[in-house]
Amino acid sequence: MTFKPVPSAPAIPEPSLEHAGVFLSSAEALVNWSRRNSLWPFPFGTACCGIEFMGVVSSMYDISRFGAELVRFSPRQADVIIIAGTVTYKQAPVLRRIYDQMCDPKWVIAAGACATSGGFYDCYCTMPGIDEVIPVDIYIAGCPPRPEAFLEGIIQLQKKIDGEKFRDSRAMGAERRATTTVAA
Amino acid sequence: MAKVVPRPELNFWERIYFIEIFKGLATTLGHARKGLTDPAHFPTVNYPEEKPELPRDYRARHRLMKRADGSPRCVACYMCSTACPARCINIVAETSPDRHIEKRPVKFEIDLLLCVFCGYCVEACPCDAIRMDTKLGVMVHDNRADFVIDKTKLMDWDPKDYPVDDLTSQSAPGGARHADALARLQSGSDH
Repeated sequence: MTFKPVPSAPAIPEPSLEHAGVFLSSAEALVNWSRRNSLWPFPFGTACCGIEFMGVVSSMYDISRFGAELVRFSPRQADVIIIAGTVTYKQAPVLRRIYDQMCDPKWVIAAGACATSGGFYDCYCTMPGIDEVIPVDIYIAGCPPRPEAFLEGIIQLQKKIDGEKFRDSRAMGAERRATTTVAA
Repeated sequence: MAKVVPRPELNFWERIYFIEIFKGLATTLGHARKGLTDPAHFPTVNYPEEKPELPRDYRARHRLMKRADGSPRCVACYMCSTACPARCINIVAETSPDRHIEKRPVKFEIDLLLCVFCGYCVEACPCDAIRMDTKLGVMVHDNRADFVIDKTKLMDWDPKDYPVDDLTSQSAPGGARHADALARLQSGSDH
C-alpha cells in the first residue's frame, strides 16, 4: 500500500504587520487622531514667550480648540513640551532631565528667538538654540511669537503627528534620544 | 498728614452679605451668558479661519523695497546689519553696473530665528530699502534652514498689498516720514 504524496497546500503568508494593512491603517488613523487632538503641553516658560503662551491658553486665542488646553506641570503627564524663553547652559541639564522624564510619544516646540537660536544673546551663558540638548519638532520665530504663531505651531505639529506611525514611535523615541547628547 | 478715607456706610442688607454675593454672581453669570449666546461678545479669534488684522506699523517679517526697474533699492551699505543687535542680516556686496550707484547686494539674507523684530534695521537704512510692514507675523517651520530667507523671497511681495495712494502703506514704521513718502509718490520715481 502506497501513499500518494499530498500536494502541499499553498503557503500561508506569515502574519506580519505589512499584510494586516486595513486593520492597522485604521488603527493608526485612530491612534494619530487621538494623539493629535489631546496634546497636553508642558510649558517650559523661562522668559517673556511664556507670558505670550498664557495669552494663547486664555479665551482670546483658546488653545483648547486644538485639544491642547490641559497644561500639565508634571512632565510625566505631558505630551508636548513648549520651550518658551531663554535657556542658559546652567538650565540645559534641567531641560534635558525634564525631557527625559516625559513619556513617549513626546514632541517639542521651540518658540521664540531665544529658544530656537539664542536670539541676540550671543554670550557665554546662553545656549544658541535648545536643539543642542533635545530634538525639536517645530520652531516658531518671533520675539515673542504672536499667539497665532503658537497656534500655527500646534497645527503643524498635529500634521506631523498625523504622518507618524505609532508602532514605530517607541523606536523613534529611542532613536531620537540616541542622536542627541547632553552637553553638560 | 494722612488723608482719612471714610468707610462707606453699609445698610442692613449689605451687611448680611448674602444678597450682595448673589448680585455679584448675577453679574458674572450675565457675562458668561453673553459670552456663550451673544456673537458680539464671543472673545475667541478662530485662528486658521479668521486672522486678526494687524496694524500697518506692526513690526512683522521684512521686505526689500524695489526701484522702478525691479532691482532692490538696497545699496549694500551694511548699516542695517551693523545696527542689528542679533546680527541676523548677512549681506554680500558687489559693484553696481549703474555708475550713479556704488554697490548693490549680491546676497541679502535674514535669519528670522535670530531676528528679534526690533526695527533697528528699518531705522538705520539711509535709503528706505527695508521695511517690516508685511503683516506676516506667523513664521513656523520644522527645521532651522527654512527660516533663512534670501533676497528673492524678501522682494517677493505684491504691489497690490501696498497701494500707492495709501500713505500708511507707504511710510515705513519708525522710518520715512509721510511727507517723504508723499514726495516720492508725486515724483513717481519709484514705488
